[in-house]
Amino acid sequence: MSVEAFPLSNLFGWRGRARTCPVTGLVVNRESERLVRWNGVVAIVFLLLGTIAALLLALTRWQAVHLLAPIWFYRILTLHGMNMLIFFILFFEMAILYFAGPVMLGSRQPAPKTAWTGFVLMLAGALMTNATILAGRADVLFTSYVPLKAHPLFYLGIILFAVGALIAVILFFAALVIARREKSYEGSMPLVTFGALTAAIIAVITLLHGAAIYIPTFLWSIGIGEVDPQVYRMVWWGLGHSSQQINVAAMVSVWYLLGALTVGAVVVNQKISRWAFVLYVLFISMASAHHLLVDPGLGPAWKIWNTSYAMYLAVLASMIHGFTVPAGVEMGMRLRGFVRGSFEWLRRAPWSDPGFSGFWLSLVIFGFMGGITGVTQGTEQINIIVHNTLRVPGHFHVTVVGGTALSFMALTYYLIPLVYRRRVRFWRLAKWQPFLFAAGIVLLSMSMTFAGSFGVPRRHADITFPQAPFTLEFPPVVDLLMAGIGIGGSLAALAVLMFVAIAVGSVFFGRPLDLANLKPGEVGVPQGVLRLPPQTYPAESSERAHGVGTPGTVILVFVFLAVFILYYFTNWKILSMIWKMG
Amino acid sequence: MSPSTHELQSGLIAPRGIWWRPAGRQERTWIIIAFCWCLVLFAMMPFWHIKGGQNPTGMRSRVKPEAFMERTLRFVEEYKVDEVNGIPVVAPPPGADVYLLAQMWSWYPALRLQEGVSYTFHLSALDVNHGFSLYPANLNIQVIPGYDYGLKITPNKPGEYRIVCNEFCGIGHHNMLGSIVVEPARVADARPEGGLR
Repeated sequence: MSVEAFPLSNLFGWRGRARTCPVTGLVVNRESERLVRWNGVVAIVFLLLGTIAALLLALTRWQAVHLLAPIWFYRILTLHGMNMLIFFILFFEMAILYFAGPVMLGSRQPAPKTAWTGFVLMLAGALMTNATILAGRADVLFTSYVPLKAHPLFYLGIILFAVGALIAVILFFAALVIARREKSYEGSMPLVTFGALTAAIIAVITLLHGAAIYIPTFLWSIGIGEVDPQVYRMVWWGLGHSSQQINVAAMVSVWYLLGALTVGAVVVNQKISRWAFVLYVLFISMASAHHLLVDPGLGPAWKIWNTSYAMYLAVLASMIHGFTVPAGVEMGMRLRGFVRGSFEWLRRAPWSDPGFSGFWLSLVIFGFMGGITGVTQGTEQINIIVHNTLRVPGHFHVTVVGGTALSFMALTYYLIPLVYRRRVRFWRLAKWQPFLFAAGIVLLSMSMTFAGSFGVPRRHADITFPQAPFTLEFPPVVDLLMAGIGIGGSLAALAVLMFVAIAVGSVFFGRPLDLANLKPGEVGVPQGVLRLPPQTYPAESSERAHGVGTPGTVILVFVFLAVFILYYFTNWKILSMIWKMG
Repeated sequence: MSPSTHELQSGLIAPRGIWWRPAGRQERTWIIIAFCWCLVLFAMMPFWHIKGGQNPTGMRSRVKPEAFMERTLRFVEEYKVDEVNGIPVVAPPPGADVYLLAQMWSWYPALRLQEGVSYTFHLSALDVNHGFSLYPANLNIQVIPGYDYGLKITPNKPGEYRIVCNEFCGIGHHNMLGSIVVEPARVADARPEGGLR
């Protein structure tokens, strides 16, 4: 195997509690591995809860079905937001941090007892908040804008969860320090770990905003002090939007990770990819402004500077990754012999491996749909025709769901054999799962986006306005689009249920896997695990690869840019036709 | 020109030695193009403030909900012309300050405006956040208690408009609907104040 094994220093005698992975050569300590496993399992349980909620919501906004009564619609919407955007995704990210830190660097797990304390705090907090929501004491939606008031336990649960997450993030930093000091690796940390590090730094920024807003709000809920509604919105979105940027940085790291495992993607240029991650850290927490563009409390200079992340430098970062990730795949595939034409490398990619298909679909959906809609809608003036319409969830369901969640699912297909050391159950189903999920979420998001451009509001229990003093009838095409939301949402939910069945079935009831004795063609083991592609190439072939470059990726990024420009200026055109306002 | 020689590795491998090399030709070209596009994206916003007709700038000030309520009541008293479903219909003169109050779960009052004429809208809320969403023009503004958002607004098409609340404001949120009727410019011209010329 051409994998360069991580240096096997044996300095402090903890090696007895570690194993060397026969596939990747990683030295895995048992404590970190247990933390990865349990954070992963709990993440998937919250994903299941959030998905059941999603199904109920999709079937309510599908006006012809209209399943839930208004009070339950808002309650389940609160539950859905909390479990998907916070509990599922952060538990999974904690698993990624334990993996990208101590496991990938081959170090020991710092302070395992503290790590488990963090885990328990997160779990207790999540349960407390969920119980409060389901008891009907927190019908305030995910954002809980004051002066809407929830039961104090709702806020307290989130605070406990955040403290637990902060502990895990600090231990990740500690692992980096220990690994360096104990020389468990040589050179610079791998790119994937570096990306995870930026996610962790953004997590600290996010959690500080969370503390700054949830602690005063908790105190206010028990009768101490006041919270200004506009200040709440600004600081809360310092948490709410930045937490989505943790997801972006984590997702891009997972792209590099899955590219390496599935097709031997290389890092075309370490410096460029790392700089792009640094740009995320520097600029991405300014995105709170995306939610405040038509707010009364802030002026245009503040809005323009912040919504654009200081001249779109975080967007630049994403556009760089949007080049370097597919370019790395292309160069890796070309190095493995898929050199014909511009796209043989893509055609001959392992499409039946859910680890690869999920990764690639996530990249395309996030970039083409999520990125373009996000930048456009986050433009100060264009936001006038977007704010709080269905265009907003239409955007973030192709970033955080079609992008982040899908990449995490794809990663799970590799974690099952590598970390849980089980065969993937229902393997035939698994091959189709990413495609079904992608189709569902794309249909959902496009329906939302088009419905939103007719002014259909988000977070709305009944757009027939049954008891309103006036009547409003949306055009018939909106009915079709709302059906698209119902059907797309149901398909995506079905795909997640498949995923949960596969993951839980594999982890708890799957056949154990002996990674040292893998036979070719074994069922239930992704091809990258059966035969890990080369992870490093000698200088001569590397130089030749640089000489050829990545012509296919160049075509892809220019198609992307053309779509971006078209969509962006179409929105300015639509804006110019509405009532004048200033 | 060929980029510097170095070993290609995946993102799983810790790179050793000097790995901070200049970008290859294709990467560099893409970064430059992407950066230029970012500058265009940025420049469009100040440009629209100068040349465009739709900007969320407005006059922004703090206001006590009770004070805003009082001003709205005075506005209604002054220009009320009708009543519909128990809600007063108000027809302010061109250029007037228009007060629109959001509260659980109604917009107060209903408005009758003229096409092509500017008004200064004042939006605020009595209780919690609300969302001003004009249908079918699809013009959306956040309404926050304690803040007066004063925006110069010019209806450009006659017709019956609705104000949807698009910020969650409690259990009756989905029944919160207001009304704006925009009369065509010709009808407006025929009004007495038009005859003074």
